[in-house]
Amino acid sequence: MLDADPGLADYGKLLVYSAMAVYVLAFLAYIAEWAFGSRSRVARTAAALAPTATGGAGSGDSGTSADTASGKAGGAVPAVTVRRGGATSSVLERPTVVTRSGAVGRDDVPDGPGAAAGDERGDLYGRIAVSLTVLAFLLHLGGVVLRAVAVQRAPWANMYEFSTTFSMVAVAGFLGFMLAGRNVRWLGLPLVTTVLLDLGLAVTVLYTESDQLPPALQSVWMWIHVSLAIVCGAMFYLGAVATVAFLFRDRYEAKLLAGGTPGRVAESVLERLPSSVSLDRFAYRINAVVFPLWTFTIIAGAIWAENAWGRYWGWDPKEVWSFITWLGYAAYLHARATAGWRGRKAAYLAIFAFLCFLFNYYGVNMFVDSLHSYAGVD
Amino acid sequence: MAEHRDTGTTIERTPGIGEDADGFPAPTGGPEGHLRPGDGGGSDGPGGSGDGSGGSGDGSGDDGPAGSGSFGGAREPGARGALTWLGREVLGWGRWYWRQLTSMRTALILLFLLALASIPGSLIPQETGNPAVLADFHARHGTLAAVYERLQLFNVYSSVWFSAIYILLFVSLIGCIVPRTWQFIGQLRSRPPRAPRRLDRMPASVRWRTDAEPAAVLEAAHGELRRRRFRTVREGDADGGGPVGATGTAGAHPGAVAAEKGYLREAGNLLFHVALVVMLIAFAAGQLYRSEGGKLIVVGSGFTNTLTQYDDFGSGALFDIGELERFRFDLDGFHASFAREGPDLGTPREFRADVTYWRDGDTEGTEAAIEVNHPLTVGDAKVYLISHGFAPVVTVTDGQGETAFTGPVPFLPQDMAGTATGVIKVTDYLDENGEPDQLGFQGIFSPTYRITADRGPHSSFPDPDHPVLTLTAYRGNLGLNAGIPQNVYQLDTSRMEQFLDASGEPRRISMEPGDTWELPDGKGSLTFEGFERWAGFQISTPAANGWALAGAVGAVLGLAASLLIQRRRVWVRTTVGPDGRTLVEMGSLGRTESSRIPEELGELAAVLSRRAPALPDDAEPAPTGGGDAAGPVPATVTGTTVGDAADGDGSAVSRPATATGDADTAAGGAPAPRAPSDPTHDDPAGPPGHPADPVGDTDSGGADSTRDRKEKSRDA
Ligand code: HEM
Repeated sequence: MLDADPGLADYGKLLVYSAMAVYVLAFLAYIAEWAFGSRSRVARTAAALAPTATGGAGSGDSGTSADTASGKAGGAVPAVTVRRGGATSSVLERPTVVTRSGAVGRDDVPDGPGAAAGDERGDLYGRIAVSLTVLAFLLHLGGVVLRAVAVQRAPWANMYEFSTTFSMVAVAGFLGFMLAGRNVRWLGLPLVTTVLLDLGLAVTVLYTESDQLPPALQSVWMWIHVSLAIVCGAMFYLGAVATVAFLFRDRYEAKLLAGGTPGRVAESVLERLPSSVSLDRFAYRINAVVFPLWTFTIIAGAIWAENAWGRYWGWDPKEVWSFITWLGYAAYLHARATAGWRGRKAAYLAIFAFLCFLFNYYGVNMFVDSLHSYAGVD
Repeated sequence: MAEHRDTGTTIERTPGIGEDADGFPAPTGGPEGHLRPGDGGGSDGPGGSGDGSGGSGDGSGDDGPAGSGSFGGAREPGARGALTWLGREVLGWGRWYWRQLTSMRTALILLFLLALASIPGSLIPQETGNPAVLADFHARHGTLAAVYERLQLFNVYSSVWFSAIYILLFVSLIGCIVPRTWQFIGQLRSRPPRAPRRLDRMPASVRWRTDAEPAAVLEAAHGELRRRRFRTVREGDADGGGPVGATGTAGAHPGAVAAEKGYLREAGNLLFHVALVVMLIAFAAGQLYRSEGGKLIVVGSGFTNTLTQYDDFGSGALFDIGELERFRFDLDGFHASFAREGPDLGTPREFRADVTYWRDGDTEGTEAAIEVNHPLTVGDAKVYLISHGFAPVVTVTDGQGETAFTGPVPFLPQDMAGTATGVIKVTDYLDENGEPDQLGFQGIFSPTYRITADRGPHSSFPDPDHPVLTLTAYRGNLGLNAGIPQNVYQLDTSRMEQFLDASGEPRRISMEPGDTWELPDGKGSLTFEGFERWAGFQISTPAANGWALAGAVGAVLGLAASLLIQRRRVWVRTTVGPDGRTLVEMGSLGRTESSRIPEELGELAAVLSRRAPALPDDAEPAPTGGGDAAGPVPATVTGTTVGDAADGDGSAVSRPATATGDADTAAGGAPAPRAPSDPTHDDPAGPPGHPADPVGDTDSGGADSTRDRKEKSRDA
């Protein structure tokens, strides 16, 4: 077995540092986007929720300037025109699909216009921020790949590697949603902020020199298990951010619906987010898609444990917290199907579940005596 | 009272589901409305909301005027009456508890409780975990430990309270699966439910006017839906018109196609929940039927799989010792390699135990290598490599010059660098006077010896680069005859005296291989001959692992189907408007909101509109149309919210259709835009068998009709 190449690993670390620098620039650009966006006053939510609103009869015709600014809002605006199939030119008017959600009075709430709120300079900064995010992501990717080459194995055997890969996948997910035309640019700022925190922790507290795997970690199942855990975690994270945004936005809309006047800052920020219905739906879809994957992740871990320790489940703290996370998301999915629990309560469950995931990763590794310590398993 | 009994019977048909009989959005305020926390504070007893008798307890009949039971009617006088009454009460309450237990809300709360209950076990050292950590905890927190002990906090996962939660959860789960399975089978046999009156109230809807013939449009829609593998039913047009359509006129030919798809979702959901039960049973069986034992083997020796050969052994309550797989194996060699440079100097790279094993009846042995992630499987048994270390080989001669002991003595590693401790007990020993005595040695084996002021002798690397054995010696009573089983790795020095040096300090000798320590006063000697390696194995007989795996695979597949497949209904209706044009209306309803449901409807509409091109809103009335085309027709009425806010439940976010009371039947329903004369009521020739409200589809199967009843009751 060849030994780790510290030189390459150092380059990898250098790339991660460069990525951090670019993320900082992206962060500033996102801030600028939000700052410029705050100049335009868009109170479309209030208008849509006003008691006199006639139920968005005009919601079929998308194309107000605000709508254009928000980009394609996949399935989120009340009326979605689905353009598919080679329509013949003889069709004078395309059938328009009208969608309704179950949320009381919220159907006609349009998605916010995004951080830039239609402001041209803000939009420019937003675009710059996204471009910088792409650049930073590429550097980040390079850092992770170099690390992998240096250690000649998958780059997720210790907390440094896990953390860098984790945030890289989260950014990849974000960019993927952007590419798919989802209305997620608003996610940029919170995401990049946490990615910076995560990488900061990784290069300082968690940094481990590159090393080889101890025998207990040399298993295909370990590859599958850990890589899936990273993907699940990153996606759950995006879902959690959307859930938090949902909670704020939901309160905001509820306040408007009740005839209250939200604070100026709250209004300025929240007005630009997607509607609560869209946020909730976005978070739900992520969680619902990731949940089976997370289930499989735990099973892969169990198979690995059976190979390494002779039992597939031993209530080791790491296993326990995976289980708790799993139960948390199962409770969330159940809550969404239970009257009286839909909406905010379900959202709290989703956040609880994500916090469990985080604790499983940071908390258990650092504070709890577990077989799954990433260094030296005997 | 009658109302409560009604509620009871309704729920009985949909036990456990709390929500919706077949998974489609259920309205609030439905038959089970009073069971929901959201409206009305939840668990009022079956005696029900507000009449006060609901809380009268378990029906033990202690009190009150006759006839105040919670479940119906007067209590007849006499013993028989009391008995019937009692039976009714017990049954009623039993049912009520069962319903509560198998409701979605209870399942949700139990899931959450189970998550919370799992937490302490991960933070407090467990009896199943590292014993050293547990002992340390006891030593440091005496009183707290006693409290924890009482609360079974050192044994969380087998504690009474933890078990109670999961047993309740699984009872609830089973109580939930069984009726849902019947319902699902019912749905599979029934037809897709008939088109609701107002398709534009559906979560996704589309409508347009066209010059195409209604029948042709329906034909095309039917064909397209079939092609997309929907289950379809045509309704209405066959018998020359029905009570459908919001804007049709009498004598027109309204008809509809109802279609449904995605039954695999429910199947997946059921599979998932059943798989959970399978996994739980497999896990329990695994605990009961498994056995597991440890054995430390020095290179060159072997092990036969019988109870007496184990160092330690544990098995589930139902494991039969006679079932131990019959085989034996020898440890031929052990290889370990460690990083010699780089950042993790000294961390393991590879461990491998080379063994030869014989199954029952084998004459030729089979060679195999056991590695950390590669156990050896022999029949039902699996042999895992779990530890390794060194065994110094020593020879002890007694005061008479006879060999009192010779052989390898396994020392247990204490750190990553291989510093190992152990004891040598010499029982067959005569002292310099020929008197029987016993010797005990306590020592440290360092594969790569180093000594520092603060740590004393220890090892700096796990490979035997410079092996040194450091010993102190005792003589006296080893305490082996006391009948108390003794740890072979510990020396009980309470009745022994230590060999001291001239200054009164314990004598401590460090030896390299080949060195001999002459004990003082002619008490004999100890020679450090060298060392062997040893490996620790765990031999386990797992049980029901296959079932657990099958359950796990089923769970993942079921979940994927359940969460990724959408069950949805699509309806297409055509009516001829007063202007003689055909109005095509389509609506779709999914169980959860999905971007794909509107999208799919859009695709369908696009396909259909190729066959039935849409007309602009202001198109001239068709020349051949029914001549009474008077007044403006609302061509594209999109979502109507008038009156909705009043009847929805405040917290609903994700349920389509919760707030969509059918304006037509709603008491005081707001006037949704529609043609002034409703053909449903005006057409006296409405064929029998078609109820006035087509949502209440009387001829669909049991489960569907339950849902329909709910929808209807919401509408009403
Ligand atoms: C061991 C405990 C349980 C776990 C881990 C669990 C997990 C899940 C999960 C992850 C889902 C989401 C799948 C989906 O949304 O289609 C689900 C759905 C569902 N579960 Fe459970 N469940 C458990 C117990 C129960 C019990 C006791 C009931 C009966 C009350 C139940 C009834 C349902 C129903 C009706 C759905 C469908 C809800 C929907 O699709 O919106 N589950 N369950």
